[in-house]
Amino acid sequence: MKNKYSIFSLIKNAFSYHENWQRAWRDPEPKKEYEAIIIGGGGHGLATAYYLAKKHNMKNIAVLEKGWIGGGNTGRNTTIIRSNYLWDASAGLYDHALKIWEGLSQELNYNVMFSQRGVMNLAHNLQDVRDLKRRTHANRLNGIDAVWLNTDEVKKFCPIINTSPNIRYPVLGGTLQRRAGTARHDAVAWGYARGADAMGVDIIQNCELKGIKRNGNSVEGIETTKGFIKTKKIGVVAAGHSSVIASMVDLKLPLESKPLQALVSEPVKPIIDTVVMSNAVHAYVSQSDKGELVIGAGTDAYVSYTQRGSHDVVEGTLKAILELYPIFSRMKMLRQWGGIVDICPDASPIISKTHIKGLYFNCGWGTGGFKATPGSGDLFAHTIANDEPHKLNADFNINRFVSGDLVDEHGAAAVAH
Amino acid sequence: MFLINCPYCGERDQSEFTAGGEAHIVRPKQPTELSDDQWAEFLFMRKNIKGIQFERWSHAHGCRKWFNMVRDTSNDKIHAVYKMGEKPPIK
Repeated sequence: MKNKYSIFSLIKNAFSYHENWQRAWRDPEPKKEYEAIIIGGGGHGLATAYYLAKKHNMKNIAVLEKGWIGGGNTGRNTTIIRSNYLWDASAGLYDHALKIWEGLSQELNYNVMFSQRGVMNLAHNLQDVRDLKRRTHANRLNGIDAVWLNTDEVKKFCPIINTSPNIRYPVLGGTLQRRAGTARHDAVAWGYARGADAMGVDIIQNCELKGIKRNGNSVEGIETTKGFIKTKKIGVVAAGHSSVIASMVDLKLPLESKPLQALVSEPVKPIIDTVVMSNAVHAYVSQSDKGELVIGAGTDAYVSYTQRGSHDVVEGTLKAILELYPIFSRMKMLRQWGGIVDICPDASPIISKTHIKGLYFNCGWGTGGFKATPGSGDLFAHTIANDEPHKLNADFNINRFVSGDLVDEHGAAAVAH
Repeated sequence: MFLINCPYCGERDQSEFTAGGEAHIVRPKQPTELSDDQWAEFLFMRKNIKGIQFERWSHAHGCRKWFNMVRDTSNDKIHAVYKMGEKPPIK
């Protein structure tokens, strides 16, 4: 790394009024040919490039981004990180990511502000209680920390929750994963970009993919707004636009793209020191280090690429927030936004080869991709480099929709869709 | 968020409606003869178009009838609404 960030570099740069910091990554023009090209400069795409360079010694690679890096769903999520998924395959996948998160700031020499403040999932009816208890047991069998809390323990862990038995959907308990938490979403994209760039990866922003050139059943290169670039391996990590890219090679994916919304309030003093999610009433909330409440809503029920989302979805979420946290009744919401999420029928991702040689897809993360960013990049890099999936993403292949071996995680997705 | 002109009830708020996904996916006539690939295609694979999409909607909180719609998914603009069984008015 050219310029290591440390307390000493901070002090040194303070003397020049912080005007002489090096730029964190270059802004190169595309070369004529790359060993591999990653389409999509979000967290997952940049992480893929980082691990391709670091673990698989592929230095001549590029990340193509049609806007600016981290400007899509990486900058539009609610930054929640957890691994309390039901099935073995998902537990392996998401906990792999969580373990990387735990050392990521040190590895990248970039503070991603990973904070293990715990994630609590609430139960509001008897079926929720049964499902969440089952999930807790499944998690523990897979070595993932999870505990069941009764109503009093929920109240003790997060005192501002309204646990009155007289509300419309009373809190009957909840699960807690203490290793879970949040991270700073932009820093994740920037940290991976800086790390990848330092190893020679070209990050090409404002360059859109226009077509994929094939020779027989192998890829030969890509057409972009900056001309033709030759490559034998293409990794597509385009989130909501995955189907658009797949259609360039007449490939159909089992995806539907929908807007998922989030909003933040005006900043206030610390009031909630954990993440609380509720699947049944559909609201989740945490507090950023700036003091804003970060509130997540649901997806619109129809396909749309508008990055807006409907007002009634936000209204429903805020109703639930107000019933669970009456203390927030006078808070003002500052900003609202939408991101386009690509949802698989089983609410699990696809990290897979395709029938076209050299074309790989990492998509279908739906409403919960941020938490998997490091693991997703690591496993996708392994898949691209070896032309074979890692054992942790073998179950997340595209053929599961033909074989029927779905990984149904609608319950653990914590966002109904 | 947008207004939908229900072919039976007239213009109503989108929140009264349920989206039923891609339209004109024909149910297999001989389900027992389908291969796994064909089942996957029918059940799961979707065009998921960014642009003009043909889709089914139901007026769930109104007349509860199903109908078809042509909508641009890149800006949520509705180009046509037509009843089930009718030919799409736009190609």
